[in-house]
Amino acid sequence: MHVIREDGSLDPTLDPGLSIDQVVALYKAMLRTRIVDDRLEKLQRQGRIAFHVGSLGEEAAIIGAAAALRDRDWIVPCYREVGALLWRGYPLQRYVDHMYGNAGDPLRGRQMPDHTFSKSHRYLSVSAPIGTQIPHAVGVAMAAKKRGLDECVGVFFGDGATSSNDFHAAMNFAGVYEAPVLFLCRNNGFAISLRTEHQTAARTMAEKAAAYRVPAARIDGNDVLAVWRAVREGVQRATDGGGPTFIELMTYRLGGHSTSDDPSIYRSQSEVDSWRKADPLARLRKHIEQRDVWNDDLESDWRAICDAEVKECVLRAEEKPAPELRGMFTDVYAEQPWHLREQEAQCVGGPRAKDEGDES
Amino acid sequence: MRRRAPRQRRGGRVVTRMNLVQAINSGLRGAMQQDENVLLMGEDIGRLGGVFRVTQGLREEFGEDRVLDTPLSETGILGTAIGMALHGLRPVSEIQFADFIYPGFDQLVNEAAKYRYRTAGEFHVPMVVRTPYGGGIRGGQYHSQSPEALFIHTAGLKVVCPSNPYDAKGLLIEAIHDDDPVLFFEPKRVYRAVKMDVPDEAYTVPLGEAKVVRPGEHVTCVAWGAMLYEAFTAAEEVAKQGVDVEVIDLRTLWPLDVEAIVSSVEKTSRVVIVHEAPRTCGFGSELVALITERAFLHLEAPPVRVTGWDTPFPLTHEREYLPLAHRITPALLESARY
Repeated sequence: MHVIREDGSLDPTLDPGLSIDQVVALYKAMLRTRIVDDRLEKLQRQGRIAFHVGSLGEEAAIIGAAAALRDRDWIVPCYREVGALLWRGYPLQRYVDHMYGNAGDPLRGRQMPDHTFSKSHRYLSVSAPIGTQIPHAVGVAMAAKKRGLDECVGVFFGDGATSSNDFHAAMNFAGVYEAPVLFLCRNNGFAISLRTEHQTAARTMAEKAAAYRVPAARIDGNDVLAVWRAVREGVQRATDGGGPTFIELMTYRLGGHSTSDDPSIYRSQSEVDSWRKADPLARLRKHIEQRDVWNDDLESDWRAICDAEVKECVLRAEEKPAPELRGMFTDVYAEQPWHLREQEAQCVGGPRAKDEGDES
Repeated sequence: MRRRAPRQRRGGRVVTRMNLVQAINSGLRGAMQQDENVLLMGEDIGRLGGVFRVTQGLREEFGEDRVLDTPLSETGILGTAIGMALHGLRPVSEIQFADFIYPGFDQLVNEAAKYRYRTAGEFHVPMVVRTPYGGGIRGGQYHSQSPEALFIHTAGLKVVCPSNPYDAKGLLIEAIHDDDPVLFFEPKRVYRAVKMDVPDEAYTVPLGEAKVVRPGEHVTCVAWGAMLYEAFTAAEEVAKQGVDVEVIDLRTLWPLDVEAIVSSVEKTSRVVIVHEAPRTCGFGSELVALITERAFLHLEAPPVRVTGWDTPFPLTHEREYLPLAHRITPALLESARY
């Protein structure tokens, strides 16, 4: 499904009818996410942060879906969806502090960068093992249904995750219990290096949903309005008691899997260049320029605002000290048991490791 | 459930003679009556009442929305239970046999155990996983395992293993009230073997407290679950030869009541640890380490482990695999005479 045509106009039969302000807000959020991504990647290259997993090229799939979910709906992330969290108003400073693992990191330096969460934004926690979040999303949806709450759950995962046992267990449970959940499969062409056609013999990811009698749609994930429309239809189905929906968001990962990846080993630059023509930001920009609500000046103003914001956050993050050492020993259980009290005392009162750079 | 006429007891409590299955059933019922957010899920637990009938009658009483007959996937059961626990419910999952828990291992070890830590306490996972464990029912290698050490080793999980109906009911209700994920290992060999008076009302037994079930002066014997009875039998046997054994029922394996063990060993200076699981890296290894670290100068004999052998669990020779009284008795005597 496409809503935004080649020429930048909208297909009137499919236009979901967002106000022009809403459409511009989507564009601005997508661009801001890209600017944040770009800065974080540079910081990693400079050795100032350890790692980043970005969303270059997938902004429409992520932000379009987040925008179509309602504030009371839950987002269960994979690890590439911080744009969805920022869309919900998560403070950028908190995110950047997390990327540094500093004293401002809500995770207290316990996880690699990009393992975000926020209960107040109804955004569950990122876990690195693939697919494990999918049954959690179904469980949250089952709980919402049992408690009679008008909520549904959008869970993100990639094409690779459709091979995991967690995916199949989750789809099966969602089908059996008619859970109000949206399976948001970002098919970006790759699971690190493995192409989708080697991931599965299925012709599409969406056809896997048929086995579980989960209604499925396969849409252009680089068309933010198509994403919005499909996800909002799924929300409607869920809230009408129609149960789960599977949405395959066709997109392309323009960047590496993460900053640790070297995609030149497994794909050509010409392939990437051809996908750049389908850049979701360029497509949406063409549309809003056509409607005379965007232009080069507005673009450069917004870029400058975002750049300055990120720069300021980075500056502040780099001034913050490391989180407290004793924070390593809390939150294992609700109450700290004796053995962790002992080990905390041994660690805090014991010898300190040298910084890696100090070892000769 | 066929009940004897209830009778009054201490504190005016109404008690009923129950076996372990009935006591756990009663505990589940009590917790479900207390809190509508408690729900049960597992394979065959609804209409059938579970393959061991532990959940019998609960679907009829609380409805199929609170007693879920789930599809056959441990990953699905434990993964969706985590989601429910993240959103206000208190799921109690049954894994039909502990031997079948491994497909859901990642969900327990990487997800349930770590959710509180990886969200700095913003989210937590109040769930209980009940599972029958252990040998002695001619179940062979896939209906007999004792995998408790795998979960004790995992930061963020609590591990409980009751030996008798009274403790089982109280510990289970306490586990359901607990805000952390709890693995609740049920000694299936004891399910119908032991009966005792159990209060009808809901009550709790605190987690993390061991119990001295037989005071003694000469040797400490630490056991849990089904092997508690073997330790007790062996203690009675060696008493005839003048060896006075103190038997400790751990009840909660983790967090451990280390004080109870250490103070007993300080008194007896000798210790024998009994468990069904294989010896190497079994929980007994950790107990020996803790005792050695904390009571080294009190020890008069090397700590002894009487355990399952380091083989898969056998069928025909299961009574030679299990650390039954015939193996505990000589270990107690050797320790006492060392």
